[in-house]
Amino acid sequence: MKRFIGFIKKEFYHIFRDRRSLFILFGMPIAQILLFGFAITNEINNVDIAILDNSKDATTEEIINKIAASKYFSIKQIVTREADIASVFEKGHVKAVLKFEKDFSKNLIKDHKATIQIITDATDPNTANTITNYVNAILQHYQKELNKDINIAYQIIPQTRMVYNPELKSVYMFVPGVMTIILMLVSAMMTSISITREKELGTMEILLVSPLKPFQVIIGKVIPYIFLSIINAIVIVMLSIFIFNMPVQGSLFLLGLESVLFIITSLALGILISTISATQQTAMMISLMGLMLPVILLSGFIFPISSMPMPLQIISHIIPAKWFIIILKAIMLKGVGLEFIWKETLILLGMTVFFIALSVKKYKIRLE
Amino acid sequence: MSTSKVIQVEGLTKMFGDFAAVDAISFEVEKGEIFGFLGANGAGKTTAMKMLIGISNPTSGKATVAGFDVYTQAEDIKKNIGYMSQKFALYDDLTVKENITFFGGIYGLSRKRIKEKSDALIQELELENVASQLVGSLPLGWKQKLSFSVSLIHNPKIVFLDEPTGGVDPITRRQFWEMIYKAANQGTTVFVTTHYMDEAEYCDRVSIMVNGKIEALDTPKKLKDQFKADTMNDVFLKLARG
Repeated sequence: MKRFIGFIKKEFYHIFRDRRSLFILFGMPIAQILLFGFAITNEINNVDIAILDNSKDATTEEIINKIAASKYFSIKQIVTREADIASVFEKGHVKAVLKFEKDFSKNLIKDHKATIQIITDATDPNTANTITNYVNAILQHYQKELNKDINIAYQIIPQTRMVYNPELKSVYMFVPGVMTIILMLVSAMMTSISITREKELGTMEILLVSPLKPFQVIIGKVIPYIFLSIINAIVIVMLSIFIFNMPVQGSLFLLGLESVLFIITSLALGILISTISATQQTAMMISLMGLMLPVILLSGFIFPISSMPMPLQIISHIIPAKWFIIILKAIMLKGVGLEFIWKETLILLGMTVFFIALSVKKYKIRLE
Repeated sequence: MSTSKVIQVEGLTKMFGDFAAVDAISFEVEKGEIFGFLGANGAGKTTAMKMLIGISNPTSGKATVAGFDVYTQAEDIKKNIGYMSQKFALYDDLTVKENITFFGGIYGLSRKRIKEKSDALIQELELENVASQLVGSLPLGWKQKLSFSVSLIHNPKIVFLDEPTGGVDPITRRQFWEMIYKAANQGTTVFVTTHYMDEAEYCDRVSIMVNGKIEALDTPKKLKDQFKADTMNDVFLKLARG
């Protein structure tokens, strides 16, 4: 046991004396969570739009005022000629142009029908979509006001209610994803690098010739990272609660346990990577390409799994991060207990056992 | 089995596929002896040594190290040997003292014993002024000497040195061999591989490996007589060229 403590102490010296790893360990989580929380968002705010009003009557003015009053849009430019629309987009600031037809008010009264054309810059399709939806919503709202006193015979009124994230805050979606990425990065990449570093330096050989058993060496290398990853998880949860007001509906204790499970899954992956790579460079490349990319693209963090093509959906099942994100969302947003996520937990546990078994086997082969 | 033989090897073989990296070698090493293990690059020296220190399993043959069997008692062997590899293998980002403490610790020395050892060692190597400096900042020669001392920290019966003086200046090499003599005088058996034929002259006995086989094994003097050569270098060239 005493040997072990000495070993772990040594490992902490390595970590705390290397600025680069310190930065990855503690700078990265904070930077990522703030970045995702503040900068990267699906919501739109103060999007610049332009107006081409061919009618210039009371109704169009009212609509334009309503749009200008919303916090989503700011009217950047008034266009007077149809031909100018292209050049407005080309400049790039304006993301949408609203075009009112001629005699808007008159048509509305006479034909009970008038049209607005919403032209959006679809180089960024997500934003274009969102803008269209928001404008539609404003128009519908206005229409309801117009028809206030009129009773239409058959009316279907949809009442939508968004549960678990009523304000559709994107930070609620990013926090579980970022937490997953960071735990994966710290646990898998950092351990695989630190193990291959010993291989590269030749110290691994010395350790293997010493009375320390190979599994003691590995566990000794891994324990500091378990500890640091737990601290990271706590920091991320605190940041999300106190800065982004992210709720944690479920039990913090369960959240902690599940996080530890996922940390161990990632560590097992890290050990596996270190057994198949000879240099720190390789270990880092495999970690980044083999772990980070799937986590970002296929885990459901950013792109919903249900809208992926079938083969990708199948691949997403074998990505541990997917299950952890499901678990995190369930605990943090839905506030459910283990009885609803035991299946996902079991899958993660199974994967962990599998990765550990595989790396033990690989490790032995290497010693032959 | 005589107790004065600390290494006994008989027909030891390591196959990689069809290729015999080590081809049925046999030899014995006496207690307190400095045994030179020579051979060109790729002759199988390192592979043979790895089998003896318990990190590679032999394909066939018999071997005991410090009285323990390499197949079944590798863990006991590890407690009784020291090892210094080709690559400098202390931690650059740990201080001299931290390195000594760490390696003392993994060999299970008590804290008190580590303290004593560490003080004695630092004094002996005249490293008092740099004891709290990172090892990475020391010159290579100092590092090698420190590395050797660290491999002896648990008073092993045998110390295995894999090309310990590679890339070191002649003066440091000289000092290094003085340390090897001192260890041998204190009863530690030294098993050393080297490229430098002048170093071979310092050994009590040398073996020369060619293509996985031991082609010659005797004292340097007798080998020179046998091959009618003036220096070990000539002996080696005659053997290696076949």
